Amino acid sequence: MSLTDPTHPSVPADGAPLLRVAGLRKSFGDNEVLKSIDLEVQRGQVVALIGPSGSGKTTVLRSLNGLETPDAGRVTVGTDLDLDFAKPLGRRQVGQLRDRSAMVFQHYNLFPHMTVLENVIEGPLRVQKRRRAEAVAEAERLLDRVGLADKRDSYPFQLSGGQQQRVGIVRALALRPQVLLFDEPTSALDPELVGDVLTVIKELSDEGWTMVIVTHELAFAREVADEVVFMDQGVVVERGAPAVVLGAPEQERTRQFVRRLLHPF
Amino acid sequence: MDWELISSSLWPLLRGALTGTIPLTLASFALGLALALVVALMRLSRVSVVSGIARVYVSVIRGTPLLVQLFVIFYGLPSVGVTIDPWPSAIIAFSANVGGYAAEIIRAAIQSVPKGQWEAAHMIGMSNRLALRRIILPQAARVSVPPLSNTFISLVKDTSLASLVLVTELFRKAQEIATASGEFMTLYVEAAVIYWVICLFLSSGQSVLERRLDRYVAH
Repeated sequence: MSLTDPTHPSVPADGAPLLRVAGLRKSFGDNEVLKSIDLEVQRGQVVALIGPSGSGKTTVLRSLNGLETPDAGRVTVGTDLDLDFAKPLGRRQVGQLRDRSAMVFQHYNLFPHMTVLENVIEGPLRVQKRRRAEAVAEAERLLDRVGLADKRDSYPFQLSGGQQQRVGIVRALALRPQVLLFDEPTSALDPELVGDVLTVIKELSDEGWTMVIVTHELAFAREVADEVVFMDQGVVVERGAPAVVLGAPEQERTRQFVRRLLHPF
Repeated sequence: MDWELISSSLWPLLRGALTGTIPLTLASFALGLALALVVALMRLSRVSVVSGIARVYVSVIRGTPLLVQLFVIFYGLPSVGVTIDPWPSAIIAFSANVGGYAAEIIRAAIQSVPKGQWEAAHMIGMSNRLALRRIILPQAARVSVPPLSNTFISLVKDTSLASLVLVTELFRKAQEIATASGEFMTLYVEAAVIYWVICLFLSSGQSVLERRLDRYVAH
């Protein structure tokens, strides 16, 4: 059974990008972290954002879920949501953005006072007002798919980091978003647990989910991403096919970054 | 020790506890806690006037003696034309007092919940209000049980001050019987023991509650 079949966004005929980011700017005080970022993500495409810490890649990702409010720029999702950050955003607009995107956090951020199942159905039940039986059935199906069916009544503290992150992924999927956002999903994991989480993400990409992934796992980015975007100091330095950006980058800054990650010493 | 006096006065004192001390404590704590939640949320408000009002309130409550607050309400207000009966006076003073102290406890407990919990709540589409109710407050509750229990136990003992505004509770009963019999030591120690027993019950209740709220954290 597919991980996602009833929720899967179908590919539209027009081929327009599902997600478009244009001229995104953001400063924290005097520190300009985003200096006009442009990004396009086609439906079903996987885009990997890479770059040194402080490059602004996480800020871009968080802006796509309304967790960060850029000072200027546009974000459009599909044909029915067009946000202009130069104007103050209403609560309703932020809500519409969150309807369309769901985030998987670096530190999982599961709700510690709820069981695994409760974590997954909280959004569908309380926010999307779906029927309980339906939300539970879908949550169980998704948990089963990531190998955690037997953990449905466990609390997060009883799970390993890799299991918690897979619950984090299921929690995001259960919201039926159009775009999945991953913020360094394996950075907090012990090395031996990284594989399980990456396998799940790979399967999601194979099933056609649209994803934006901030990651330091270059080998993984090379395997799953359709496009790799290298950012540094708030600008996009280079973008393109993974084999090019990671294998034979044109820019010196990209070359240095890739070399440092592949050969740390 | 006058055992006969102790046994004959025990029931009147217990009745003072059951009809005075305990209902006064429960009513004041419930109202005080509701007030404290409002004040705590006001203090966390980004609107500086709102948080300023809350700050001044907490400062006044914590910076003035409870007995003085009680006297202002019961003996002071009538001279400006506001007369309030003993019971309502006591409940107003005690719940205002709990409101000030517990507000700081609740504020600190809310702020102790990691920022990532707010973000995850927002990510799944929750409004601030829903996030607070479903995600933040349940976690803040766990942190705030021990300090709130302190406030509760202090309140039990503080209600003895209500005897000074003519509320008939445990301590006032003890005073009445002591004055009539002349056995001050016996009656006041007897009253002290009853307060202590009530607080023992409350402490064990606190342990039960803490264990229940700890079920989702690693030990």
